[in-house]
Amino acid sequence: MREIKRVCVVGAGAIGSLLVGHIGALPDISMTVLVRRESHARDLNENGLKVTGKSDLTARVLASTDPTELGDVDLVIIATKTTAVEASVSKFKGCFPNAAVMMIQNGMGCERLVRENGSWPIIAGLTFMSGVRKSDMHVDYELDTPTWIGPWGVEPENPGYAYIKQVEALINRSGLICEAYEDLRPVQWSKLIFNSAVNTIGAVTNTPHVPFYADTENLSDLGNLVRDMMAEGVAIAHAHGVELSSDPWAMNCKAVSQGGSHGSDVYAHITSMLDDVRHKSYTEVDWITGSIVRAAHDVGLPAPYHETLYRLVKGLEKSWTIKE
Amino acid sequence: MKVCIIGCGAIGSLFAAHLGRLDDVEVWAYDPYEAHVDAINKNGLRLTGESDFTVQINARSNAADIPPCELGIIASKTLHTRAAMESVAHIFVDGAVCSVQNGVGSEEIIAEYVPRVIMGTTFPAGHITEPGVCNQDTKGLTTIGPFDGKPATQAECDRLAEALSRGGHETESIADPRGAMWTKVIFNCASNGLAALTRLPHGINCEQVRDLMSAVAQEGVAVAHALGVALEKDPEAMIDYGKEVAYLHKPSMLQDVEAKRITEIDSINGGVAAMGEGLGVPCPLNRAISDMVKALEFSWTLEE
Repeated sequence: MREIKRVCVVGAGAIGSLLVGHIGALPDISMTVLVRRESHARDLNENGLKVTGKSDLTARVLASTDPTELGDVDLVIIATKTTAVEASVSKFKGCFPNAAVMMIQNGMGCERLVRENGSWPIIAGLTFMSGVRKSDMHVDYELDTPTWIGPWGVEPENPGYAYIKQVEALINRSGLICEAYEDLRPVQWSKLIFNSAVNTIGAVTNTPHVPFYADTENLSDLGNLVRDMMAEGVAIAHAHGVELSSDPWAMNCKAVSQGGSHGSDVYAHITSMLDDVRHKSYTEVDWITGSIVRAAHDVGLPAPYHETLYRLVKGLEKSWTIKE
Repeated sequence: MKVCIIGCGAIGSLFAAHLGRLDDVEVWAYDPYEAHVDAINKNGLRLTGESDFTVQINARSNAADIPPCELGIIASKTLHTRAAMESVAHIFVDGAVCSVQNGVGSEEIIAEYVPRVIMGTTFPAGHITEPGVCNQDTKGLTTIGPFDGKPATQAECDRLAEALSRGGHETESIADPRGAMWTKVIFNCASNGLAALTRLPHGINCEQVRDLMSAVAQEGVAVAHALGVALEKDPEAMIDYGKEVAYLHKPSMLQDVEAKRITEIDSINGGVAAMGEGLGVPCPLNRAISDMVKALEFSWTLEE
């Protein structure tokens, strides 16, 4: 595939804005943005996108709610939440015939929604970076942790590893951190299994990620369930031939043994799914725990913990629709 | 005969009031809730709703003021069983105490404090509307019998059942009360434990997670079988019947969760899981639900 000169980021939430602000500030890159709201597109076209915090940049961009106004591009990065991927992709169906599509959602399996709408080569990805969106035109870059990318399936389902290395170089050159893997699945599954247990248990129990998640001394300590659920996920990964890059249970114990971000206070991370539940907004459970349940069914393995937590979160979402 | 009700909340009040109608039974009631105790002593204990009468009984918030009794009925929430039994043990130096509480595990605790124990399962429901007044929401059968770990005599059970029935609170005395108890607790594991986590009323929970309810119930069925208990009814049929007659009913544990009150999870899903684990019958789903409801209770201590 050709050299990357033109990039389109789909969705300009916190993660999308970080990508637009950094990559769009490179002098040799033409940045376009596909957004949902007319006012958002207008603001970006008039003022560009400003990044503060870990970076200090302003990117000039071409933004629109209509993909046909954005011209041809070499790389599309879908940066919406999983719950908006389907709507975003169907909107640019038939456009960007020369582009590869890069994904960066939580969980696993959203790539399928892209493939159902077009034959673009797909780059799978996940990100640990974080930012806070201050306005439509301003994002604060908080955690400068990496984005990991790799091929989805086998060529021509993906653009080939050489092209993925080009994307890695582009993102690193922009000031963000990116690592390309020839096989993304070991890191992807490690994070997925970790998130699946911690996010769903947190959502159902209204409990931030606190040291209680690693307690196993008494039978009724929550860590037992976390550990057993993660072990179930690891068995499903193994059945798919995936050797994990990190042990999810060790990731859990390490995370909760850290202090809080303000020095002395106890680590108590409010996971994205708990935040969704507290705001009664639909969660990403279909692409996190749901993807593990589907993966278990594909290989004929039982997944009682994942099925239970998946169904409990779906039930909880249903409860918001019940009138008193 | 003298009978002492231990824990005179809604369920305890139903038992106390019906026994209080009898001339040959002297009813005492122990409850730490002083306003309720004072109102009962001043105006009598009044039932409304499905029952409608007022009786004079002796209520006390200090157990030391209660004389020795032949029989006791404990109706406190299960998380207070041990504290309550510590307070009243002296009343039953030669008595039998019957649990009409939810779930499993209470009889074992009661047995540490009194010489003889009766296992009971009760279906009537009510709620306290003001101090001294309990509304009977539904009538229903109570089943009692000797607790095999430290049994009361069948004659004691018969005597208590006869008095309750004569007072208008239909009660059956049988040789093996475990079938009734396990039937109810298995139903409660499926209806209460899951509703506490999905926050859905029973009928809607049936539409959303009916297969999980079955999986949870079947773990309980396996424990009952391992104990050699013959269930009285099929828990699956009870779950479906509940959907027909109580579609929008919020199980009591969901009501507790909404009010941020400590639940009876240790006696329901947690109790069944612990019994199963002791017998080598794993109950991973009941254990998971119990752990998560405990975590939910814990979460209330984190919020400002």
